Amino acid sequence: MEKKTTHKAPLFHVRKKDDTTLIQAILIRAVFVVLALLVSALFIYFVTKLDPISVYTSMFKGAFGTSRRTWITIRDTCLLLMISVALSPAFRMRFWNCGAEGQVLIGGLTTAALMIYFGSKIPTVLLLLIMLVVSAAAGGIWALLPAVFKAKYDTNETLFTLMMNYLAIQLVEFFVDIWDKKQSHSVGIINMAGHGGWFPEVLGQQYTINIILVVVITVAVYVYMKYSKHGYEGAVVGESVATARYAGINVPSVIRRNVLLSGAIAGIAGFVEVAGISHTISKQTAGGRGFTAIIVCWLAKFNPFIMAIISLFLVFLDKGAAQIASDFGLNEFASDIITGILLFFILSAEFFINYSISRSEPVKEEH
Amino acid sequence: MKKLFTSLTAMLMAVSLVGCSSNKPADNTPATAAATAEAEATAEAAASGEKIGIILVGDENEGYTYAHMLGIKNAAAKLGIAESDIIWKYSIGEDQKCYDAAVDLVENGATLVISNSYGHQSYMMQAAQEYPEVTFVADTGDNAWTTGLDNFKNAFTSVYESRYVSGVVAGMKIAELNEKGELKEENFNEEGNVKIGYVGAFPYAEVVSGYTAFYLGIKSVVENVTMYVEYTNSWFDLTAEATVADDLMSQGCVIIGQHADSTGAPSQLQKNMEDNKYGFTAYSVGYNVSMLDVAPDVALTSASNVWEVFYEYAFNCWKNGENMKTDWTGGYNEGAVEITALGSAVAEGTEERVNEVIAQIKSGELHVFDASTFTIGGETPTSIMGDIDADFTDDTECLIDGYFHESEFRSAPYFAARIDGIVEETE
Repeated sequence: MEKKTTHKAPLFHVRKKDDTTLIQAILIRAVFVVLALLVSALFIYFVTKLDPISVYTSMFKGAFGTSRRTWITIRDTCLLLMISVALSPAFRMRFWNCGAEGQVLIGGLTTAALMIYFGSKIPTVLLLLIMLVVSAAAGGIWALLPAVFKAKYDTNETLFTLMMNYLAIQLVEFFVDIWDKKQSHSVGIINMAGHGGWFPEVLGQQYTINIILVVVITVAVYVYMKYSKHGYEGAVVGESVATARYAGINVPSVIRRNVLLSGAIAGIAGFVEVAGISHTISKQTAGGRGFTAIIVCWLAKFNPFIMAIISLFLVFLDKGAAQIASDFGLNEFASDIITGILLFFILSAEFFINYSISRSEPVKEEH
Repeated sequence: MKKLFTSLTAMLMAVSLVGCSSNKPADNTPATAAATAEAEATAEAAASGEKIGIILVGDENEGYTYAHMLGIKNAAAKLGIAESDIIWKYSIGEDQKCYDAAVDLVENGATLVISNSYGHQSYMMQAAQEYPEVTFVADTGDNAWTTGLDNFKNAFTSVYESRYVSGVVAGMKIAELNEKGELKEENFNEEGNVKIGYVGAFPYAEVVSGYTAFYLGIKSVVENVTMYVEYTNSWFDLTAEATVADDLMSQGCVIIGQHADSTGAPSQLQKNMEDNKYGFTAYSVGYNVSMLDVAPDVALTSASNVWEVFYEYAFNCWKNGENMKTDWTGGYNEGAVEITALGSAVAEGTEERVNEVIAQIKSGELHVFDASTFTIGGETPTSIMGDIDADFTDDTECLIDGYFHESEFRSAPYFAARIDGIVEETE
């Protein structure tokens, strides 16, 4: 019997490319941003029957319309950036820390506890230092636990860190119930009267300390990962554990150290959120930023400057969405669609920067 | 029935809202006096480009917020306030976002800012401290009068009144079932009392006050009833409310009331009836909105709020540059509460009885928390304290002239006594 076999060749081939120049990359991104704006404009015009230009103007106003809005946008960008930076030492080793949400929460929880119990007893500057250290330690421990198990028993860190999130959420709920005096299931604003443990205004601005902390940590992590021996060891472990071993790197110790660092920074982010922004604690304190940061960190390929740009963009979309809801009565679903379209195109741009598509050559029939 | 209510409500509002000072309840609250000086400063608010800012915990897809949106739009239309004078902030959580939203509204010209969820309260207060020239109202909040801030207010309807009336509807149904011999053995407890269930959100005073009023409404029709309360620990949880309702029904409860915001409980009861799951039918008394859409055969009615009445009061004060009262509350007399349309399952004569009871509440002849109608620990109470300043300790005697004065010392409910005949089932 003769059986005719034909290999069906795909029409296109996708190839990884490494030769995209910076200018090409910027051009590709620009084209996709324009495309995204055009497609959203179509949605806005045909579905919501609004003028796209005024909707975009409104989004911009939502993020930068007043100096206060600008500061809030900067404040929120800083926080998201900080958590993204926190993830990078772990991600660099391909240790999938999905537990930033819990690490932020636990840092926030310890901060809130210190504010509640010592807010009026310890001078604020000293208290802030204590909170910084304690929140870093708490976040660090929260991350270290899965790392120890990973290093020793090779457990799955994704599941373990996720599990730690739920533990943190339950702990926060537990303490909210203890601290909630009015049976309202919320702690309310802590130390509203004396501002004990609140970030003080510096240079006439409420969020100066937030910004300083984020900048210092971001630069420090960048230097650590790029120029220090320890940072390099992490990168080697990420590329290949076998290579790292061969090079005489103590793999478990590197995992522990980098993950501890990762959790500690996330814990500090919790401290910034509670002492520097919201002055309260609830299970919404992390607000999903621990998960959003995963996207930011991964998209930016650990480059903190690109992380800052992506963080700003995501916060901008969030503020813009709230503003168009306010101005045009478009509810969350409509804003989500616009945000979704914009994100889709921007992620697509990354694809075209990293891969090229070419027409496949006809496959010769084999016999 | 519904028409009657609508026209009654409209009439009442017309009468009771001519002036801002004509609403009577909650006049024991301090800081209602210092009004006139500011009045001139903020007079003719609308004309000078001032705005109203609204902070909502959800959007139109969430029943509780939808009821507020409707009330705001109707009130604004009635007073001729332009749509562009109202700035909306949707889906604002009970956190820092509320403070950010409040300050943003002020920067955009709002001189009256109203939030609609309890947890917004402390953020509204923070903003109120910083912007003394702007009025901030935290709906359903409870601590405005303790803060000493002249520009920070609370508002809460006297929904216990409509809960009582919805209890009367349920009581009539029980009496009818009993008369027709439709109650089964499992519908009675060991003391021979008919079993009623209640899906509560949290064990807080607001809920206790509500279910006690509901129970007393039932008891005003049928004496031998016991009510079992189970909590979902959430204000809005379709699944949990359905599960709790089903659990209560499996224990033999023939009426399921609720103080939780979803349609979970009535939907479950309707389904159980269609499946003939327990061999009897349990009837639902809902909250906020009519449950007839989801439970046409088993929904009797729902207790609900008419927020429009409050918003009309607040907007009117804003328009005329008058200072609002620190605690606003309104019940049947103000048209601020009602029960929704009666379902086809209600007992004969319910409508007449309901109208009678509403008339008695309005005239002051009937007090919902009349101490002669219930016992605590087997005895008729002679003293019931309330925690008015919201510091978790009882501080004020509220049992005066034979009845508990709910929502008079402040707008948020504070009846938290556990009376005989109601069993809280906590895990």
